[in-house]
Amino acid sequence: MFTLRTAKWLGVSACAALLAAGCAATQRSGEVPQSAYAGGKLNLGTAPTTAEIAHYFSYPADGRGLPSGSGSYAQGEKVYQTKCLACHGDKLQGTPLGDRLIGGRGTLVNNSPAKAPVKTVESYWPYATSVFDYVKRAMPFNAPGSLSDDEAYAVVAYILGEANIVAKNEVINAGTLARVQMPNRNGFVSPDPRPDVP
Amino acid sequence: MKTQDPYDNEKTRRKIEAMVEAEERYLAALRRERLESEATPLRITGRRTFLAAAAAAAGIGGLPRIAGAAAPPGAVERPVPADPTKVQGTPTNDDGGYGSRSQFESEARWRFGTPTKESSWTMTPLEHGMGIITPSGLHFERHHGGITTIDPSRHTLLVHGMVEQAKKYSMADIHRFPSISRTMFIECSGNGLTEWSKPTLKTVQGTHGLTSTSEWTGVPLALLLRESGIKPGAKWVLAEGADAAVMTRSIPLDKCLDDAFIAYGQNGEAIRPEQGYPIRLMLPGWEGNTHIKWLRRLEVSDVPYQTREETSKYTDLMANGIARQFTFVMEAKSVITFPSGEMKLPGPGFYEVTGIAWSGRGKITRLEVSADGGKTWADAHLQGPVLPICHTRFRFPWLWDGKPAVLQSRATDETGYVQPMLKQLTDVRGLNGPIGSIYHLNAVQSWAVAADGSVTNVHA
Repeated sequence: MFTLRTAKWLGVSACAALLAAGCAATQRSGEVPQSAYAGGKLNLGTAPTTAEIAHYFSYPADGRGLPSGSGSYAQGEKVYQTKCLACHGDKLQGTPLGDRLIGGRGTLVNNSPAKAPVKTVESYWPYATSVFDYVKRAMPFNAPGSLSDDEAYAVVAYILGEANIVAKNEVINAGTLARVQMPNRNGFVSPDPRPDVP
Repeated sequence: MKTQDPYDNEKTRRKIEAMVEAEERYLAALRRERLESEATPLRITGRRTFLAAAAAAAGIGGLPRIAGAAAPPGAVERPVPADPTKVQGTPTNDDGGYGSRSQFESEARWRFGTPTKESSWTMTPLEHGMGIITPSGLHFERHHGGITTIDPSRHTLLVHGMVEQAKKYSMADIHRFPSISRTMFIECSGNGLTEWSKPTLKTVQGTHGLTSTSEWTGVPLALLLRESGIKPGAKWVLAEGADAAVMTRSIPLDKCLDDAFIAYGQNGEAIRPEQGYPIRLMLPGWEGNTHIKWLRRLEVSDVPYQTREETSKYTDLMANGIARQFTFVMEAKSVITFPSGEMKLPGPGFYEVTGIAWSGRGKITRLEVSADGGKTWADAHLQGPVLPICHTRFRFPWLWDGKPAVLQSRATDETGYVQPMLKQLTDVRGLNGPIGSIYHLNAVQSWAVAADGSVTNVHA
């Protein structure tokens, strides 16, 4: 007959078997939850189509995967004036609604609580690819993700031109974007040096 | 034309002032209620108690108390009988089958006064917290493009990049995976950003309210990734959300294969929309921003993507002009939640000092309390169970002699790391502007208790 005592015994026995098999070795701390499952692949999910994958994007600093298309400073100025200026200001100086985009070089080295460093695309962002990725991804705020690739390249050309990072006659495209040398390219360290206090 | 300020002083001042004003509006409303209610000043709130007392005094039991009086968020306003034993209560299940809190409880998150309500954040009212769990409706929030509404029947999670087999999962697929539950904190790395150069916000909700604890349930990410198979050379995973910010962060693959999971449950039910419904990435002990909400895509890669949120934001600028990048871990921290800023002790005598401690590196092993501004320390009682990477409740019996005191708490975690004093942090990291390096302020918090019992935020 199946009794409570039997159940308890079975439980103990199962634990012992798991220990013998080394399954409990994954447990780092008694309270860190671990999956009860230790088997192989489950064959869940489906294979997405190439088109489904192509719907998404993100562009690392080497520029791989950047789309075709291009934009110039002049084209970007027009896009900026109609779609960006309301939040980022007519001189890219920022407003309460949108970040300042240019200026601030020389303000990052600072140990005074009275002086706030100016972190802009010009002074702080280490990669131009991040600017394109973000503009295409989430800008403008009132119509996120609505710019065409040409428009996004153009806006980047305009911002980088105003920031005196690239010449105003330079066209920004998949080939040129990743080659842009941002002023603060070497301004970051990783890995994390913490703990940094005794 | 007026030349632009060479520093961002104006912008930073505006930012801090907006935060101070947001807290002040919240406090002003509470103070009005307190004056009206003559309620015990131990708690910051008081209005609901007053309404009940007033209704009872006026002898209007059984009738709607105050015409047009709105219930606090999350509550339903009901008539209060003069004698609850002489009249039947509310019919069973009249709430539609989903309960609400008492109409006499009004603590709420308040929102930082950002120019847009879509890119903003709210703070958890830690001063009223009990135990270690944050009610789901009071869990802090940080949104960059509002709270998106997702139909789970149409939501998918794509896993692709440097994998043997790309995969797409429906929510039904995700629910079929073996699951785990884990009670853990999430803390925004910007928690306390106003406090670097001087004490600025008044309440613990303002100074520390960007941390919360829930029990989260979901699927170990390692199991999901194993379905696809990782290609050699892969080192990073980009996580992407389905909100208007299309939030992206690059996460080291090692973390994804270690204790990361994808949560669909929070405190025993589906996670709240503002926490990422239907799924959110969970990275135990790491800064809140990496816990991508409304998760829709994971792309395995050999390099980090250098996204906006991991370059221009969530990087810690040191005094030498160099910014630390990928500073993921939330280091050990603690704060006394009672008594805390804006409270008032009614007089000398016994108080149970209590608060929470937590560490992104594991368990809290020790919590010390000082009542003399750090001259002497004594061990507090840690309320069990003490869980790794989780809020831990501490309690400390204190006999206040009525003289001015400075209360502090100091946590130690299982790695031996001791929560630092603010000066220790700024000695190493510098103070680059009024809000310093912004992120990862985990210093000891000081609350001054004046002779009249009032409690204020100080740097001591």
